[in-house]
Formats: sequence, structure tokens, C-alpha cells
Amino acid sequence: MKPPNTPHVSRRSFVAGVGAATVLPPATALLTDSAQAAPGAVRPKSAVQASAGQPVYLFFNVAEVQFIEAACERLIPADDSGAGALAAGVPNYLDKQLGGAWGAGERLYCSGPWLPGTASQGYQLPFTPAELFHTALRAINHDFKKRSSRFSDLSADAQDAYLKTLEGGAMDLDGVPSAVFFDMLLRMTVEGFFSDPVYGGNRDMVAWRMIGFPGAYADYYEAIDRHGVKFVREPLSIGEDRHGNVHVHSEIPASIG
Amino acid sequence: MVQRLKEVDVVVIGVGMVGSILSKELAAAGYKVVGLERGQTRFTVPEFQSPAIHDELRFDIRKALMQDNTREPVTFRNSSSQTALPVRRWESFLPGTGLGGSMVHWNGQTYRFHATDFQLATHTRERYGKGFLDPDLTIQDWGVTYDELEPHYDRFEYLLGTSGKAGNLHGQVQPGGDPHESPRSREYPTPPQKEHFQGAMFRKAAMGLGYHPFPQPSSNLSQPYTNPEGLKLNTCVFCGFCERYACEHYAKSTPQTFILPVLLANPNFELRTGCQVQRINLDSTKKRATGVTYIDAAGREFEQPASLVITSLFAINNVRMMLLSGIGKPYDPGTGKGVVGRNYAYQTMSSVASFFDEDVIINPFMASGASGTLINDFAGDNFDHSGLGFIGGAFIGAVNTNGRPIQYHPTPPGTPKWGKGWKDAVVKYYNHSVMFSLHGSSMSQRQNYADLDPTYRDAWGQPLLRITFEFPQNDLKMAEYVTARGVEIGKAMGAKQVAGAPRKGPYTTQQYQTTHNTGGTVMGSDPSTSVVNRYLQSWDVPNVFVVGASAYPQNASWNPTGTLGALTYWVADALKNKYLKNPGHLVTA
Repeated sequence: MKPPNTPHVSRRSFVAGVGAATVLPPATALLTDSAQAAPGAVRPKSAVQASAGQPVYLFFNVAEVQFIEAACERLIPADDSGAGALAAGVPNYLDKQLGGAWGAGERLYCSGPWLPGTASQGYQLPFTPAELFHTALRAINHDFKKRSSRFSDLSADAQDAYLKTLEGGAMDLDGVPSAVFFDMLLRMTVEGFFSDPVYGGNRDMVAWRMIGFPGAYADYYEAIDRHGVKFVREPLSIGEDRHGNVHVHSEIPASIG
Repeated sequence: MVQRLKEVDVVVIGVGMVGSILSKELAAAGYKVVGLERGQTRFTVPEFQSPAIHDELRFDIRKALMQDNTREPVTFRNSSSQTALPVRRWESFLPGTGLGGSMVHWNGQTYRFHATDFQLATHTRERYGKGFLDPDLTIQDWGVTYDELEPHYDRFEYLLGTSGKAGNLHGQVQPGGDPHESPRSREYPTPPQKEHFQGAMFRKAAMGLGYHPFPQPSSNLSQPYTNPEGLKLNTCVFCGFCERYACEHYAKSTPQTFILPVLLANPNFELRTGCQVQRINLDSTKKRATGVTYIDAAGREFEQPASLVITSLFAINNVRMMLLSGIGKPYDPGTGKGVVGRNYAYQTMSSVASFFDEDVIINPFMASGASGTLINDFAGDNFDHSGLGFIGGAFIGAVNTNGRPIQYHPTPPGTPKWGKGWKDAVVKYYNHSVMFSLHGSSMSQRQNYADLDPTYRDAWGQPLLRITFEFPQNDLKMAEYVTARGVEIGKAMGAKQVAGAPRKGPYTTQQYQTTHNTGGTVMGSDPSTSVVNRYLQSWDVPNVFVVGASAYPQNASWNPTGTLGALTYWVADALKNKYLKNPGHLVTA
């Protein structure tokens, strides 16, 4: 039973309606609208709609979201081939990852001493991913403040040029080399685009549909030697595995030892 | 306070493939065995089940099944002149942890090394003359021959149910198999897996060039199989989530499917998980082990006395266990003296990417971890190296394992790294590309070794292992040569664009290559150049056996697990029939 006032919009039809080349309104615009709404005014979006479509940012602040949403969309832009990072929910993915265990340094050895390493030795900064993003984004937004501008206000070409500057490593973002920040941003953007939708990106499996990846589960035993034949099936998310693909062995009990 | 436990016959450090097989053999022979595993207990049901197991982010990218590097990483440098720093995230290689060890997340690619590999130094000298080798290389014979290991290879493959096609039975070359392989005593236990499209394309092109393609030996099974332990394995469905994952289907041969149920049912065996062994304890003579000291998951310290200690850890962790225990003389690259940590080697991986038109539909996501087709024409010493300036080689194969898109989205050289150009190329080529693996040998070299790091420590306060490694020039020349052969095959497949990527230096910890680390406690006939004798028994402390790929004096052109399985049964045989009947040195130096 749906609560009253909930529009009948399923996740899939919502995203389908967004369409390939349509860019979602930035979440910050909604935040601003809500904050400025007069008491008693009808809010433009219900909480249910927010969870279905618009991300609720818990990690990024408003200024950070402006940069992240715009930058992710340049890294993977919407075009004729399908949705870009923004429509796929990549900023939402970043927000959830950086606000959770990954942001706090999951799987990162965090003991000093801290020395600059070689490229072969990899990441050697004391920043956790969460600290690194906040530090770098504060420095970037400070840089734009000095110019009385915002990254999100730049033209697409100017945004690309700025991202290339970051990528080239020319800037020191309060101790974070800009190339390190860019590399982490790009990696996480690709992760958010292609990972299972349960993590908050790849909304409605748009990235999987785009390339023809069938998703989390399929049995290809009969298909594998039908060479050169396109495999056509709706992709399957971990969250949608209604088949309950649990393979209980006929002879080995479910728990041993 | 250290709690001293009741003495047992055998303590086994690490309950992965080696530990579970040796424990099973010794427990069945009547010995009381305790297996200490640092990770957690885990089984096909419930831990490995769908849908949660098919999560690329969690298992591929976040590396959920791997050794906890926040507690126990390694440090690394390319040369002794640098300061080693911690590898703060795993990338280049991925040691596992937990019951079943790294084999839970392996691909099932189950090879034998060739007869010449076990006598590489002698064979090279005999075939190419004395001055052929780069003097920096420290390759040596294994101290065991292929013929001695053959029955143990056979036993291991029948334990796993490996799917393949013999190429040489009793010296008779067999159609459809690898004609270069050393003789087998019988056919594989199960026939080859179905061939995927990339494999079929590769096979036709390789045959056209006069090579000898054959199906990759796979321990993801082609049909149901009951192994000699009485355990049943299922047919692999090519789900495309194999390496870095556990198998939900009982179709991949892992300790969980081929031996643990039998081992755990034996009352002579006791499994203790969450136990981090700190060291092997020695008596005052330093020539006899008294047992091990470990700390359990709740932080309590125990001493487990035992008559026999087997360290059966992942290669680099075996090296560290020996160094932490003070067994054997640590290697000094300056003098060339010492043995523990010496001859650390790896694998020299190159690749070839072939890009096709949109009407060639590859379906890369349909694969098992060991499906595909390859040639051994440029592996090992199967080709004449005269005038080439290197030894060793690589198998070349279309042995791709998956199409999981965070990691797998091939683009031709020159494609932008992001933006519309990148996205267009990803969409265009995802289903129309074929990747070859060129799986190259790795020669040991004087400058490459492992020792204890002077600065960085693990969560228990012990020094980390420090790895000093760079690709030998020999191996980089080999990579150039075999990659050129791979590019020729890609072109013969009719690809529109073929891009070869021969392995180049410097070695980086930041790109996945393989988890085929070898050496550091190498086997041999001479205690001045080996840590263990031909039965993997410590020269210095004869009631310690060090069983792992750490025993390899150098690494060959194939995945190391099949050979480690053979060595495991070789050691089991020596323990049961020789050592335990009359404990002492099995070989007199």
C-alpha cells in the first residue's frame, strides 16, 4: 500500500523519463529551494521522491556538491550513447562511499612514517579518502572564490580545461597534489558508474545497458558456445535477484566445523 | 600472560590449499594435527552465496577476500638504494586470507611445469653453453625432477577434477592437447570446458600460423565429478565471477569443495581460526622447533607445542615466518650470502588487445576463470633461444575470464582517459574486443629479495616483509619477443586494430599483474643456495617444513598452483613414508 501523496513513479520509469541527454537539476538547487521556502509552503519534493531520484547528500557540503556534480558529468558526460555520471547517480555513490567505511580508510594501511614515495610505491599520503576530498575541494572552491566564479558556472570546455589542470598535477590543493585528487575522483566516478546500483550509482543499471553487460548474475552454460550471438536480457542487480540463486549442495551440510 | 597448550604431533600454520591437504593426509595417518588459520571460517553455504557474491565493487575493487593490509601489508622498493614504503593498498598482487586461503579466489588455471623447468640451470648450460646467461641471474635446479613429481601432479589434478585434454600420454603426442607438455601418466579427470568465442578465434588463427593451440586446463569443471575423497563438484556455468570471488556453485576446485569436508570430519584434526602465528619457537640449540606462538582474535597469546611444524602460508608470508622465527640465514644482496629471502621472483605479464568491428560480438562476460585457448609454442624452452639474448618464455592465450565493467572496459591506444571520447570508445569496444594474456616466466636475480623492514610494523608489532624487486633485463627482452608473436596472432584473427603491451619496467605495485609471487625459501640440493631440501624440509631446523610457492627457485611460464599441488603431495609422501617414521634430516648436506 503506497502512502497517499506519493506519485506513482517507479524507479525504473523515473529514470527512463529522465532520458539519455537530460541532465537532472542539481541537488543544490533543491536544497536552496527548500531552505528558502516560506513556512507552510508546499515543498516541491517529498522525502520519498528524494530517495527515489534525487540524492540526499550526507558527506558533501553544498559547495562541494556543486563541484562534484559538474565535474563527474564532464568525466562521463550524457550524450547520444546514454546517461552520464549525473543521471547515473555517480555523485550520490561518491557521497555514500566517502561518508562510509571507504572514506574513513577502509583497506588503507594508515601507519607512518609518511614519506613521499615513487610512482611504483603508490599512495603515501596520510589523508583518508574523506579527508583528501574535503581538503582538495576546499582548496578548489577557495581558488574559484578568489576569481568570484564557480566551477559549475564555467562552460563545458572551460570545465574540461580546469580538470586537465588538476589531472596534470600543476596545483597543490592544501597538501593534496591535484593529480592525486583527480585520479581518485576519476576512479571513483568510473566505480560509481559501473558498480551495482545497490551502491547508489549506475541508476537503473544505465551503464550496464549502455555496454550490454547482463549484470550480477547469469548462467551462460547454454550460451557460451553459441559464438557471436548477442546475449539479450535485462540486466540483473544484486538488489533484484529474485531468483534466490542459493546453491545448496546435495551432500555437504550448510555448516561444517 | 602466555597460555601453554597441550602438545600435539603437528601444527600447521595456514589452512589454505597446502595446509588442508597436508593436514588431511597426516590426520588420516593417525597424527594429531592442529591447523592455525589467521582468517575466518567460511564455506560455500552460507558465505559464498548469490546474490551478494556477485559484487564487483566489494570483491574486485575493495578486495574483500584479501589479506587485511591495514594490519599486515608489505613494504616495497625497486632497488636497495631506495627506502621501502608500505604498499598501502593491494594492487599488483592479492594474497588471500581465511579458511581455504588464496585458492578460494583463484581462477582454476591448473598447469604443470615442464621437465626442463626443474633443471633450468643445467638445461640452459647444456643447450646454450656456459656464457649464455646474464651473470646477474641466480637461477638454479629445483632438486626434484618432473618424473619424480608426475604421480603427485596426477594425484592433485584428480583431487581437483581438472578439465583438460592431455597432449602427451606416456611420451605419445595426443591430438587436441599441448604437444609440448612433459609426459602424463593418464588423461585429465574431466574433458575440457566449452570453448568461448575468443578461444575459438584464437585457435583458428594460431593453427593458421602453424602453432599448437589447446584448451586451458581448468579447475572450474566441465561436468559433475566425484573426487577420490568422495566429494562431489558441479559443472561450471561460466558466470564470469571467478578470480577475486568465491564460487557459489561448488564448481571451482577449492579446499572447500575438494577436501575440507573430509578433513574437518576427522577427530585427529582441530581447526582454530582467527589465530595469528607470531613465530615458530626454537629450543636453545636453535636446531629444533618446539612449536609456535600465536595470538587469537580476542588478543590472547598461546604457545602451541608440537613435534613437527609445517608453515603452509602464501609465498611471501612463508618467507616472513622464517625471518620472524630466525630460521635460516637471511640473504644479503651485497655479499650474495645467506638464503632466506633470496630468489624472490614473480611473473612477467604482457598483453595484446585486439579490436574488432561491431558485427563481431564477443560477449566477454561469458567465461570461467580458466576458460579459453592458448599455445605453449613460446613458453619455457619450447623454442630455440639461440641469438635471442634471453631464456624463458610465455604462454600466449585468449584466456579472458570476465567482462566485469569497472575493471574491464578496453579502449584502443590513444583513447582519452575520460570525457566523451572515453565513453564513446568504451561503448564501442566493450563487446567487440579480445584480450590475450602473455603469461611470462620470471627469473631470479641477485638484486631481488625479501627481508624484514627496519621501520614499518604490523598490527601485532612485528616487522613487515620488505620486498626489493625489479624486472630482470632477461625477462623484459622475453616480454618484447613474445608480445610481437601475440600481435601477429591478433592480426591473423582479422582484428581492425591490435595493440601489444609488452611488460616494461619499472615494476609497479600499483597495477594488478598476478598473485604469483614465488621464491624466498627456495628448495635445492645445496644449503648455501637453498632454505629447504628437496622435501621442503628446513636445512637448519629439520622438524620445520616450509611448503609453498616460496620454494620455487625461479618462476616458470605458467600459473604456479598445479606445481604447488604436486609439491604438496610430494611432501605428504615424504612426511608419511620417511620423516615421521624416523624424524631427522631427510637429506644430508
